[in-house]
Amino acid sequence: MTDTDAAPTLTPMPARAPLAGLSDLAGPASLRVRAVSGAGRGPFSLCVAPGTCAIVSGASGTGKSLLLRMIADLDPSQGQVSLGDMPRERFGGPAWRRQVMYVAAESGWWSDHVLEHMEDVPAATAMLAPLRLPADILRAPVGQLSTGERQRLALVRALVRRPRFLLLDEPTSALDRDSTLAVEALLRTRQQLGLGLLVVSHNPEQAARLGNRHYRLGAAGLEALPA
Amino acid sequence: MTPIPLSLYDLAIASLLVLAGAGASLALSLGVHRALLWTAARMIVQLLLVGLVLRAVFAWSSPLVTALMVAAMIAAAAREAGSRQERRLAGPWQALIGTAAVSVPTLAVTVLALTTALRPSPWYDARHAIPLAGIVLGNAMNAASLALDGAFTAAWHQRAAIDARLALGDDRRAALGPIVRQAVKSGLLPTLNTMAAAGIITMPGIMTGQILAGMDPLAAARYQILLMFLLAGGSMLGAVLAATLAARRLTDERHRLRLDRLRRR
Repeated sequence: MTDTDAAPTLTPMPARAPLAGLSDLAGPASLRVRAVSGAGRGPFSLCVAPGTCAIVSGASGTGKSLLLRMIADLDPSQGQVSLGDMPRERFGGPAWRRQVMYVAAESGWWSDHVLEHMEDVPAATAMLAPLRLPADILRAPVGQLSTGERQRLALVRALVRRPRFLLLDEPTSALDRDSTLAVEALLRTRQQLGLGLLVVSHNPEQAARLGNRHYRLGAAGLEALPA
Repeated sequence: MTPIPLSLYDLAIASLLVLAGAGASLALSLGVHRALLWTAARMIVQLLLVGLVLRAVFAWSSPLVTALMVAAMIAAAAREAGSRQERRLAGPWQALIGTAAVSVPTLAVTVLALTTALRPSPWYDARHAIPLAGIVLGNAMNAASLALDGAFTAAWHQRAAIDARLALGDDRRAALGPIVRQAVKSGLLPTLNTMAAAGIITMPGIMTGQILAGMDPLAAARYQILLMFLLAGGSMLGAVLAATLAARRLTDERHRLRLDRLRRR
């Protein structure tokens, strides 16, 4: 289980004055997960540097979704999760999740129309063509979307909120090969802008295309695979 | 303006209606005669007991006894308010929220009415305080009960939508706002219906009673209007308290959705 930091610019300094850690957020800060456990699973440790992608694979039911939900602080957990040196307890729950955003495999929608879910409509519109989505889809009722359209739009509504890290739970499970590649291409352009990704995927080819680091979740826990 | 007193003989004649109903049920094998007779008998005992108790409490005219009586009524209503939802909160929270949602509106509205509009002397006079508290309590209980049910049911069925908003970084107020609104609306619905129908579709019970007791219809209407205002205020307060407290307990300080705190009955 490695817990080394892939970002060479960051030096971990555990004992610092309370607000000094804030300066880390100005520059690149890694998402660090140390010995996180909850709901009888764990402890899990991993690290994602900005602009990189870590893949988590493993059989169904091993707790991959739970791991992502615990990192996003959507499910209660013990252990340490931090952005650089800033522990998540220093953020409020919503403020933390704006930085470290979880996108579920099956998305929930709270309004009748797609548009009402988009915080930044111009930014959302700009992502439609790269994701092979129709230009007028933002005006469609949610009930008329296909499963694949819903999955891509759930990614769009997260990206327009500009998180630092995205925790994606099987982001292309409902997509054909062309749409899958389109999603991956968009994610790569975001990565170049500094977005860090933690992706649960069952697809070894996708893992090879996207991942800088690979973890496998099994009965023994989270295991870092050699690159 | 004295009411026409009812003798036992008068009541016996009216009770023939219930007996006739039971007879019809037997003859047509409708199977409701047992329930009809049993609940009618229960009703007689309950009302006579209440009459006796109230007569004693009025004669006592002690603020302490009045307060105890109101407290007992609130305790019973709090239990009822939280007892019929399909899902309930684990631990003491169901009872706590039920108690808060019926006691606060009842006390606030009753004291307000007694010290401003009605002004009996003293203001806590049992003859006014107890019936007034009772009617506000009944309405607040209905509103709280429906609002709790609405909040739990909606949160359960719309958990994917709530969770999606929380995951995107919205706070619990935004994520559960639609659910609180739906719950308040369903809690308030009976009161809105009663107000809308008052005098046109139904003759409110209090007004009917007062007219039968010899009061001038316009004076009785004024009383009814006052009561409707009190009931609307009490229901609104009860529904809002129930819905917001339920939404708060269904989330935690880190703004997570905590449906693990709900139990199916």
